[in-house]
Amino acid sequence: MNTTIRALMGACAFGALVTAAAAETTITVATVNNGDMVRMQSMMDAFNEAHPDIKVEWVTLEENILRQRVTQDIATKGGQFDVMTIGNYEVPIWGERGWLAPLSDLPADYDVDDLLPAMRGALSVDGTLYAAPFYGESAMIMYRTDLAEKAGVDMGEMPNWATVKDAAAKMTDKDNGIYGICLRGKPGWGENMAFISAMANSYGARWFDMNWEPEFDTAPWQDAFKDYLDLMTNYGPPGASSNGFNENLSLFQQGKCGMWIDATVAAGFVTDPAESTVADNVGYAVFPNKEGVDNHGNWLWSWNLAIPASTEKMDAAKTFVEWATSKEYTALVAEKQGWRAAPPGTRTSLYENADYTAAAPFAKLTIDTINEATPETPSVQETPYVGAQFVSIPEFQGIGTAVGQVFSAALAGQMDADQALAAAQALTDREMKKAGYIK
Amino acid sequence: MATKHSRAAARLMISPAVLLLLGWMIVPLAMTLYFSFLRYNLLMPGMEEWTGLTNYEFFVTDPAFFTALLNTLLLVGGVLLITVIGGTLLALLLDQPMFGQGIVRILVIAPFFVMPTVSALVWKNMFLNPVNGLFAHIAGFMGLPAYDFLGQAPLASIIGIVAWQWLPFATLILLTAFQSLDQEQLEAAEMDGASALSRFWYIMLPHLARAITVVILIQTIFLLSIFAEILVTTNGGPGVASTNLTYLIYVQSLLQFDVGGGSAGGVIAIILANIVAIFLMRMIGKNLEA
Amino acid sequence: MARAITNRRKTINTAVAWAIGIAIFFPILWIFILSFKTEGNAIATPLKMFFSGWTLESYGLVMERSNYFRFFMNSVILAVGSTLLGLIIAVPAAWSMAFVPSKHTKNILMWMLSTKMLPPVGVLVPLVLLFNKLGLTDTHFGLVVVLTLINLPIIVWMLYTYFKEIPGEILEAARMDGAGLKEEVLYVLTPMAIPGMASTVLLNIILAWNEAFWTLNLTTTAAAPLTQFIASYSSPEGLFYAKLSAASIMAIAPILIMGWFSQKQLVRGLTFGAVK
Repeated sequence: MNTTIRALMGACAFGALVTAAAAETTITVATVNNGDMVRMQSMMDAFNEAHPDIKVEWVTLEENILRQRVTQDIATKGGQFDVMTIGNYEVPIWGERGWLAPLSDLPADYDVDDLLPAMRGALSVDGTLYAAPFYGESAMIMYRTDLAEKAGVDMGEMPNWATVKDAAAKMTDKDNGIYGICLRGKPGWGENMAFISAMANSYGARWFDMNWEPEFDTAPWQDAFKDYLDLMTNYGPPGASSNGFNENLSLFQQGKCGMWIDATVAAGFVTDPAESTVADNVGYAVFPNKEGVDNHGNWLWSWNLAIPASTEKMDAAKTFVEWATSKEYTALVAEKQGWRAAPPGTRTSLYENADYTAAAPFAKLTIDTINEATPETPSVQETPYVGAQFVSIPEFQGIGTAVGQVFSAALAGQMDADQALAAAQALTDREMKKAGYIK
Repeated sequence: MATKHSRAAARLMISPAVLLLLGWMIVPLAMTLYFSFLRYNLLMPGMEEWTGLTNYEFFVTDPAFFTALLNTLLLVGGVLLITVIGGTLLALLLDQPMFGQGIVRILVIAPFFVMPTVSALVWKNMFLNPVNGLFAHIAGFMGLPAYDFLGQAPLASIIGIVAWQWLPFATLILLTAFQSLDQEQLEAAEMDGASALSRFWYIMLPHLARAITVVILIQTIFLLSIFAEILVTTNGGPGVASTNLTYLIYVQSLLQFDVGGGSAGGVIAIILANIVAIFLMRMIGKNLEA
Repeated sequence: MARAITNRRKTINTAVAWAIGIAIFFPILWIFILSFKTEGNAIATPLKMFFSGWTLESYGLVMERSNYFRFFMNSVILAVGSTLLGLIIAVPAAWSMAFVPSKHTKNILMWMLSTKMLPPVGVLVPLVLLFNKLGLTDTHFGLVVVLTLINLPIIVWMLYTYFKEIPGEILEAARMDGAGLKEEVLYVLTPMAIPGMASTVLLNIILAWNEAFWTLNLTTTAAAPLTQFIASYSSPEGLFYAKLSAASIMAIAPILIMGWFSQKQLVRGLTFGAVK
């Protein structure tokens, strides 16, 4: 009853409801709706207990919408969010613009030196940290050990693309709904282009030459993309052109994929017996390379918590960020849901913890691939840019997504590989001219 | 009859609506127009500069532009075709005597109340998904390979989803029109031996003309800016196979944060929408003596 | 004999109409069923899914994760608020167009409708900047104004067609009796227009409830309605069929139920003056 009256009042006296006076500080946290972030929301009791004066409001959005909302907000100084979940693509660009508050005065027990050097480096501009990593990842192969055995396939620890193709062919059993390989096909710079760029890197390709001219017309790109299409058309699931990370995760968990090459963070989910039907039969291997190319994809990604420089609730926001990325939080997740569920890829101490390495068979490979990622030198060729599975320039979101659309169209069979690569070359060239990189 | 006094009062009464809409139209439009001449990317503050018609040039020469234009027309046309024809037939059926007419009507109008985002999510995941969707299960049951609707026929799938949402609307308006039909005239025609088809063609259809016009007008207004359904199901792809003009502008201005380019697209879309509007208004003007 | 034929026809009509009705309603029915299943059963084959056990688990999880009640209240405030504000502005305008038409009336009406054809994405950034400047982002007031403006043309048009159907003689009689403008509107016109107003109100509530572009872009928490709520279940949860279904049902149920109860009134107003 009371609420009905309130609703009516709200409808009549519009804006009057805006601020409810309270002694506590309310901070608004924008976040992405993936597994680890949703898990954090269920851990909030512990935070509220320790900090009763801070109330956290969540805005949980799908990745693309989240990115659009937070970018729009920070660039127009909207001030809607006090903490933002952003990727290591955004952090250096935004940090350089002065949009993010530097995290320079972290308390001693936060132990900033415990952060993995690769992550810390990716989130810093000129040595100043601008965001705290919540979880981090590289990429690797996850495969079904039972299917591999049945098909007589030995993946080894460091397979190359020829081995992968052979294994995919042998594991495919379409009559029983088993597809040899699942890869991302959903368009987006953070979706299919993350994988395809990493794959191209492992073929010795690069996005741009030293004059910022796009390189889709070069042999390494042609080889990489044709092999990608070949793998997916012959051994991939139907509808692959709309499969992203989450769709593939779900397919793998349902036992429909023989192999899946994707983010290391997926390992924690495919081995979760509550959600995965194949939890006991997952093997791991390093991201493949092309024979003769000394490069294994070099994927490096993290989801991070950052604070807009313009927030009026800096202290509360910092308290929250410190808590959410602390060792305590990791311990809390371990206590409540087991060590396997701890957010991976951010702290050295986690990988030195015997409980964790025992519970997570994928731990060693994860830390090794993260440490070996070299975003400064993504390709065996020299590049004018930094970034592993992306190019660290503001224009990349747009270009990457547009190229992703074209590649996804090729996967859906609307054009062939040559047409797709030519279209990608033309549109990248156009955008780079428009942005002034190429005169 | 209308005195000077009441004319003045009438003007006074209409003015809040007119002024508000004028403001709503002009303020953002003026800003959009201004931005469209700037090199203005949200990610590069402080770099704004006057670029003249460059943004327009890039937007119009974008290879996706004509596809988007065509897709917009196909989407509007396709949905109109399905809903008008389907709505007429359905209304004709619902106008017949039957048991439980009220309940059938409730079932039929339900999709109209469903949020576009929800309906797109539901169709995409629960029905069209080639692995776990219901259609894939049915195909599998009949021993057929699953069809990848959103990959192979993205625009047609979206037309289907949108038509599902708007069919109830068309049906309801046309049903009301049927119900006001002069029954005696129909019976007289039947006595004279007119076939069912010719009764439909010569008596019912002319009677429905105005209702159909209304359906077309209202739906076109909403269909021109279809957005949520595309964003949720296909993201405009694969390629640009299901990108309409609205979505293309979204990609420009919000995914690439190129406000200048997006604004130029917005201005072009506004011009095109107005051409459609004038065309429609002419048609309506004839059919609806306002 | 004739009766038998009509009865047979009636049975056939009934069968066909019910089949079509159920087919159209089926997607909603399907998610309703899915929302009471466990995640594991929700992705099983349809038959196995249907005969598996029923549970309220998904609803519980959704309630736990999102503050459903606040989203719901915001939807109510925005839909009702914008409809009321719309009426306050539209009634006088429609009245004057219907009863004191000038040679511009038709043009004004058509122009108003044409403002609805402007693609919202084209003017989003200017509006976001404007809202930030005026401090309207994520406020009920700001969103009510925007929703009012986008639906105003439809309200004006619907009311106009209703008012036009009211015979002018009644108004003249009232004027003869010495009724002023205010009395005319309040005591003569309004009662006669109530059915029309009712359907206008209903349609507007539906349109405002389902508006998903401006509400998504101009709200964050304080004024965020159910469209924002469903957006958080979009991609990854898209694969958690049971939770997605429960969230979907929670987002559409209020308006669906309202729509069903008021469908008679709604249908009458949807004619837009087309019948006659």
